[in-house]
Amino acid sequence: MLRELDVSLITSTIRDLCIKVTHELSADMISAIHDASEYEKSELGRKILCQLKENLDIAKSDNIPICQDTGMAVIFMEIGQDIHFVGGNLNDAINEGVRKGYTEGYLRKSVVSDPLIRKNTNDNTPAIIHQSIVPGDKVKITLAPKGFGSENMSRVFMLKPAQGIDGVKDAVLTAVKDAGPNACPPMVVGVGIGGDFEKCAILAKKALTREVGSHSEIDYVKDLEVELLKKINKLGIGPAGLGGSTTALAVNVETFATHIAGLPVAVNICCHVNRHESVIL
Amino acid sequence: MEHYITAPFGTEITTDLHCGDMVYISGIIYTARDAAHKRMKETLDSHKDLPFDIHNNLIYYMGPSPARPGRPIGSAGPTTASRMDFYAPELLDLGLVGMIGKGKRTKEVQEAIVRNKAVYFAAIGGAGALLSKSIKSAEVIAYDDLGTEAIRKLTVENFPCIVVIDSEGNNLYETAIKEYCEL
Repeated sequence: MLRELDVSLITSTIRDLCIKVTHELSADMISAIHDASEYEKSELGRKILCQLKENLDIAKSDNIPICQDTGMAVIFMEIGQDIHFVGGNLNDAINEGVRKGYTEGYLRKSVVSDPLIRKNTNDNTPAIIHQSIVPGDKVKITLAPKGFGSENMSRVFMLKPAQGIDGVKDAVLTAVKDAGPNACPPMVVGVGIGGDFEKCAILAKKALTREVGSHSEIDYVKDLEVELLKKINKLGIGPAGLGGSTTALAVNVETFATHIAGLPVAVNICCHVNRHESVIL
Repeated sequence: MEHYITAPFGTEITTDLHCGDMVYISGIIYTARDAAHKRMKETLDSHKDLPFDIHNNLIYYMGPSPARPGRPIGSAGPTTASRMDFYAPELLDLGLVGMIGKGKRTKEVQEAIVRNKAVYFAAIGGAGALLSKSIKSAEVIAYDDLGTEAIRKLTVENFPCIVVIDSEGNNLYETAIKEYCEL
């Protein structure tokens, strides 16, 4: 039996998500910033982390975006194969949701229609849409608006299999070190290992939507997450890049099968305004 | 050390500011980011006047979110300064006294800061809601068609920032990290 789903529901859901996530971080991010403000070694670092907490409070109470860069809307959609969308074109409905959210929510329009001609579309469309078909008759929508201060510091490394796990660690530490103050630390580091050139990048982005403090179910990946976070926080970059022991709040790693000749690694860096929320329809 | 200063200001102020000092700026500052810098460069290349007198003035690398009705501005934190590195030395040589942004600068910018006894401040990236509280008014004075990237004249009150590169070329990003690096 096919379940009919009117795309107008997709539009209204995405509109509301755009406004919500740009004004209020998820509970895991709020508590990670709070915890860091207590155990940060640098006095200036603790002061900055307290200002970030105050910033979150003001954003919520005054209805003003946490950060002026309200991002490019990245949307992951897991679509049950027993759904029949009615009432219009699905991708148009998604973009209409972004348009309404960014316009009605007083969010910044940060998208240009062409990478070289660079004319602002004035409604923050188009969104970056990643769709996958899954069993069932539900749709899971995850919205993760991505700011570009940290996006610009993200990297893909096409390692050789012989470089192994040490090569992966070096790649992640290199990306974080190079990002430094530019990526608005404390950051969340999304890592994708395996797949191919584009798959590892999508894995890294998806890793950023995983709860901060959660870990991979694969033992060695969990160990890698723990070790990398520890090492990153020894780099000394600290809050706002002004020195300290809180450079990252989490390292989330996702893996996928790959080719016998390759070891792709993507490092997608997100600032402390790591916005994401999911809804199941 | 803490300083309360009023913009615009000249080198008599910048030479008193040192790497790591907290500074609270009141007065007038101007916003400009990528697209506005590109236009200012084109204006200078065609021997025309910039839309504001940059002598002794400060540029804040910032593109705000839209203001809700009744408010002067939306969220208003700094953007990454390195994207303006290509343009900054020429503006500093023309009298720009300082820049507010976040993130590293090139050697060329650092040299131009020292040459002109200017200053580079960092504001806290991602704290746009908090920083907006220090902005009392905002007026688009040029390039309105650029939307968030238009040049805005801001009136600020105790706008908080930190001296990252001072007029002698000391760089807080380099020194502060060394202090906490354990690798």
